[in-house]
Amino acid sequence: MTLAEKILARASGRERVSPDQIVVARVDLAMSHENADLVRKSFLEIGLARVWDPSKIVIVFDHRIPAESEKTATTHKAVREFVAAQGIEHFYDVGRGGICHQVLPENGHVWPGMVLVGTDSHTTTHGAFGAFATGIGATEMAGVWAEGALWFKVPPTLRIEVEGEFRPWVSAKDLILYIIGKLGADGADYRAVEFDGPAIRRMTVASRMVLANLAMEMGAKVAFTPVDEILLDYLRPRVPEKLEMIAADADACYERVIRVDAGEDILEPQIACPHAVDHVQPLSGLGEVPVEQAVLGSCTNGRLEDLEVAAHIVAGRAVHPRTRLVVIPASQQIYREAMRLGYLETLVAAGAIIDPPGCGPCVGVHQGILAAGETCVSSTNRNFLGRMGSKDSRVYLASPAVVAASAIAGKLAHPESIVKEGFPCLMEV
Amino acid sequence: MPDGSLKLRGRVRAVLGDNIDTDMIYPGRYLNITDREKTAEHLFELAYPELRANLEAGDIIVAGRNFGCGSSREQAAAALKFAGVGAVIAGSFARIFFRNAINLGLPAVVAPQASLACAAGDELEIDLVAGEIRNLSGNRVVEAAALDPRAVELIAAGGLIPYLKRKYAA
Repeated sequence: MTLAEKILARASGRERVSPDQIVVARVDLAMSHENADLVRKSFLEIGLARVWDPSKIVIVFDHRIPAESEKTATTHKAVREFVAAQGIEHFYDVGRGGICHQVLPENGHVWPGMVLVGTDSHTTTHGAFGAFATGIGATEMAGVWAEGALWFKVPPTLRIEVEGEFRPWVSAKDLILYIIGKLGADGADYRAVEFDGPAIRRMTVASRMVLANLAMEMGAKVAFTPVDEILLDYLRPRVPEKLEMIAADADACYERVIRVDAGEDILEPQIACPHAVDHVQPLSGLGEVPVEQAVLGSCTNGRLEDLEVAAHIVAGRAVHPRTRLVVIPASQQIYREAMRLGYLETLVAAGAIIDPPGCGPCVGVHQGILAAGETCVSSTNRNFLGRMGSKDSRVYLASPAVVAASAIAGKLAHPESIVKEGFPCLMEV
Repeated sequence: MPDGSLKLRGRVRAVLGDNIDTDMIYPGRYLNITDREKTAEHLFELAYPELRANLEAGDIIVAGRNFGCGSSREQAAAALKFAGVGAVIAGSFARIFFRNAINLGLPAVVAPQASLACAAGDELEIDLVAGEIRNLSGNRVVEAAALDPRAVELIAAGGLIPYLKRKYAA
């Protein structure tokens, strides 16, 4: 069986399952952010007094923190009251957590072989920890809060094997944008994706999270990277009692196997152009694209290694006069670590503004909204029409290194045009 | 549905393209609206404001592949439902949107040829159980996927919450 099949078989109490079979699986963890208010309302409508298991629910505020309006403040308050009334102890309020997909693994809520559902599409991120993790809507989550289980159609699995050496300044973000560009926005729709191969197995956990996170943008239901020693090193201090080496069987049946040679196929940074994540072009094909804003952050690329590479690029330089650089550490823990290591000092000295750990402008709510006619280069995950502000603004998705370089150049720029020497630790352990 | 069938009828309001994403259907800036009925005010606000203005109850939206891709935001399905859309027919749906629609009792019908075989203004009759769309204006039949019995049950109940409410009240 594939990894997805193995986990669903176990969670549904079966010997084995196969694609397209419908199973009811127990849920190990149910995550929500601000939309917990929608879930709460639906749950109360059902008429039950208590959630199935408060210890298996995690709520993290990240989309609008601190509250940007009275309306949001009111929903935050309603969720806090519900959390207290139901005895939900895993609640990460403003200033305690950060982006849900970073907060969960950091705090030991994710482990290999679990079933995790979240009311956020990028819940696929947790496949980097060997979890069958997928996004669901608020009403469906109310059903999970009631019953602790959910039906799933067993997905066919797409295996993506990556070998070869990454070229300088090519990162996990460039790899996944390249793959999305090839497969399209629905290239993995309803599928499980297994990323594997020597180039993946050398990656840091943070970089593997980028792959699992963005697999959502080609429609993936879940996406895994390998459970190996590098991952176990990350998990050991966080979930010592839940370490398990799980892997697909050698004779697992795949719908399709795709091979990528990182060095041969991806020659330079990849950019997703407006207004679709699968409109991917190599950077050099885009010509002169001035940018008014550069955003470094999000559940895709707001981790320590992302801030590190950006700090390295902007160190001793100044953000271009026409450009605003907005930096958002993905969590409070990353924020503190980036402060301790001096990355934030370097970024701020160059002219960056630091937003609080959360989704920032990625959802188009606050903390860096675009005006009509403005262009933004962003390390986030979506560039849909009006995603970050005006419907007449444009978002180019890129790696953290390209975002930092573009902020200095005031236009889309290759990092090597700013920093002559290479950067050795882009993402490999 | 005493005879086990589930049919509905309506007029095609618009035929949209591929990859209609959730930000086009319902902009992220309004996600703090948690009264489902009120989400309808912002349906297609940035992408197709004129479409929202002209909607009539029971209207059908037809689209190409991967309708509802992107965010898990349930407001996208809620806004369609509470704006009066009777059904969405698409070549394919992004999975979270599809589940959201069914859970809210909004019929989402997969029909690969629909965007070619239907035009704005056409009168359609959809048989959700049989998986058949009759284009009454063009006098032809468009093949559609039959809804899973579980989905039919949810649509008939008016969505997951009424379904669970009944289950736990019993």
